[in-house]
Amino acid sequence: MKVHEYQAKALLAQYGMPVPRGKVAATPAEAREIAAEIGSKVVIKAQVYAGGRGKAGGIRIVNNPAEAKRAASQLIGTRLVTHQTGPEGVSVTRVLVEEASNVARELYLSILVDGTSHLPVMMASEAGGMEIEEVAQSAPERIFKSYIDPAIGFQPFQGRKLAYGMNLDGGQTGEAARLMANLYKLFMDKDCSLAEINPLVVTVDGKMLALDAKLNFDDNALYRHKDIQELRDKEQEEPLEIQARDWGINNYVKMDGDIGCMVNGAGLAMAVNDLIQYCGGRAANFLDIGTLNNTERVVNSFKMFVADPRIKAVLVNIFGGMARVDVIAKGIVEAYQQMNISFPVVIRLAGTNLEEGQRILAESEISFIRAKDFYDGARKVVEAAKGAMK
Amino acid sequence: MSILVDESTRLLVQGITGGEGSFHTQRCLQYGTKVVAGVTPGKGGSQHLGVPVFNTIEKAMAETGANASLMFVPPAFAADGILEATEAGMPLIVCITEGIPVLDMVKVHRYLKGKSTRLIGPNCPGVMSPGKCKAGIMVGEIHLPGNVGVISRSGTLTYDVVSQLTSLRIGQSTCVGIGGDALPGSTFVDILKLFQADQDTKAVVLIGEIGGTMEQEAAEFISDKMTKPVVAFVAGSTAPPGKRMGHAGAITTGSAGKASEKIKTLSQAGATVAPTPAEVGLTVKKVLENL
Repeated sequence: MKVHEYQAKALLAQYGMPVPRGKVAATPAEAREIAAEIGSKVVIKAQVYAGGRGKAGGIRIVNNPAEAKRAASQLIGTRLVTHQTGPEGVSVTRVLVEEASNVARELYLSILVDGTSHLPVMMASEAGGMEIEEVAQSAPERIFKSYIDPAIGFQPFQGRKLAYGMNLDGGQTGEAARLMANLYKLFMDKDCSLAEINPLVVTVDGKMLALDAKLNFDDNALYRHKDIQELRDKEQEEPLEIQARDWGINNYVKMDGDIGCMVNGAGLAMAVNDLIQYCGGRAANFLDIGTLNNTERVVNSFKMFVADPRIKAVLVNIFGGMARVDVIAKGIVEAYQQMNISFPVVIRLAGTNLEEGQRILAESEISFIRAKDFYDGARKVVEAAKGAMK
Repeated sequence: MSILVDESTRLLVQGITGGEGSFHTQRCLQYGTKVVAGVTPGKGGSQHLGVPVFNTIEKAMAETGANASLMFVPPAFAADGILEATEAGMPLIVCITEGIPVLDMVKVHRYLKGKSTRLIGPNCPGVMSPGKCKAGIMVGEIHLPGNVGVISRSGTLTYDVVSQLTSLRIGQSTCVGIGGDALPGSTFVDILKLFQADQDTKAVVLIGEIGGTMEQEAAEFISDKMTKPVVAFVAGSTAPPGKRMGHAGAITTGSAGKASEKIKTLSQAGATVAPTPAEVGLTVKKVLENL
C-alpha cells in the first residue's frame, strides 16, 4: 500500500527525522493561510501517489501567500499526468505547502528487503534527487549498501559507513547515522516494504532534511497496522481495483484489453493472460480469486465483469487444489441467477472435486462454452471476443 | 528415488483441526501419505481424522517420530509455527500459508540460518513424490510416478504443467512448489541441486515468473552445474510493468524482474524454454526424446 508524501513525512517526523516545516491543504485558501503562517518562500507540491511530479509541473516554488493560493488553485481539482501515471493522470485533491529550503547537496537514502539475502538493506548515495535506477545503471559504485541483521538491528558502524559513502563531513555523519537508525525503526515498526528519502538534502547551513519521502507498506501486514490502513486514499487508485477489493477480490489488476479473466492462483492467472495475448487477444484484467472457498467471491468476480463496459467475453480457468471446483461451479451458477450475463463465457475446470463441479454446471440452465484445457480456453475466448465485436 | 518426501516420510500437520487443514489432511491420507501427528495448541490429547493431536511439535515429534511438517496455520501465526517446528528440529517444513508478512519471514530466515531444517514455501502447494507421498494441497490423481522433476513458484500453473506431463505419459520423480512469496524458504537453486543429485530424475521442469532474480540464479546454476536437461517457462510476459514492484525494489533486480529478461537468461544457460505455458509438456517430451 502506498501513502502520500505528507503522510510519509508525518511518520518520519514522528520517528524523529527532520522534515521541512509545512502542512497539507485541501483548498487554495488553506494553502494561502499555511504559506502566511510559514512566512517565507514556500513550495507547493501536488499530493499524488505517482512519481515524476516535478517534471510534470506538480511542484511549484512561490514567493508569497497570494502566489501560494494561485498555485494551489492551479493544482487542486486537476489531474496530473506524469511519466508514471498513464495518459489519464491522477487526481490532485490536496497540496503540501512547505517552507522552501536552501539546498547545498542532494543525497539518497532507502530501505527495502533484499530477496537474495532475506535481509533489510539500507542504501545510500550522494547521487540524490534523481531516479535511483538511473544511478544503478550509470554509476553503481556511487550506491552504498548495508545489510541489517534483524536480530541486532541497525548498528552505528553501518550508519558511519553509509554516511562516509555519501561524502558527508565529520560533523554530519553522526546526525546521518541517527537518521538512518530512525528510518530503520520506522521501517520495522510499521512493516514497510519501501522507505525512501529522495532527496535527503543538506542545506546551505549544514542541516539535514527529508525533502521528499516515499513509504510503501506490506499489504500482508496491514492487519496489524490500523493507523496505516486509515491513510489509504482511494481517489488515487484505479476505480475497478478499489471495487474489486471492496468485493473481497484482493488480487485484481486492471489491464488494457477486453477479455475478462477469472483464474485461481497468480502464476496460472499470469500464464492465462500471456496465452490470451499469444492467441491474438488482450486480457482486461488479472484476477486471482485466491484460495478461499466461498461462492461469494466467484459471484463478485462476475459482478466485476458486468460492471466493466470493456468486457467482450470472459474466461474462467480453474485448476482446483486448495480451491474446490464444485464451489467455483456453484458460484458461477449463482452469478448467472443474480445478474444478466450477456457476454460469452468460456469455462475450463480441472482439479479438486472436478466431477461434482461438472455435475453442477451440467444440471444448471446456464449456457457457456466448455474448454478442455487452458490453451483451448484461451483460443475459444479470443474467438468469442472477436465474434462479440462483430 | 525422489527428493524431499518419499515412503519414509512421517508427516505432521500443523493446524490439522482447521477447515483447510482437515480437508487436505484427509486428501493426503487418501493418497497414502503417512500422517502420524497433528498439532493444534489447546487440542492436544484428542484424535482428528484418526490422527493423534498434540499441543506442541516437540511432543508430537517425540511420540510419533514425525520427520516432516505440513503447515496450514493462519498468516498471523504462521511465522511462529515455522519457528516452533525449526526449534523442535523438524527436518522439513512445508508451509502452505499465504499472506505471511514479509518482515515475519525476515526473522524466520534469520532463525533458520545455520539450522538443518529445510523450509519449502510459504504460499506454496507443497511437495509431491507421486506414488510415495503427498505433502501438500495438489491434486493427487493428476500425478504419475516417473523421472521428471518439477519446480515452480506457482501452485495452479504447476498442476496444469503436471497434468500436461501425465497426459503424455511422462511421470514425475518429485514436484516441488517453492511458493510465490518474495522470500521463499527454498529457491530454484536449492531444489535444482537436489534434482541434479537424484538418480531417478532425468530432466527438470522449472516454472518461474516475473519479479526477483531467482530465475537468473537458477540459470547460473544450470550453466555451471546441471548435467540434466531443464525445460523452463516464465509466466508474466504480459504483466504491466511496475504494478507490484516498488520504485527502489527495482534496483536490486533492475530490468531483471521482467519475464523477457529471465527467458533470455535461462535460454542462454542452456535451458529449453517452452513458447507457451500450454506447451511445457510437449517441450519436455521432445527434450526426453533427444536424450
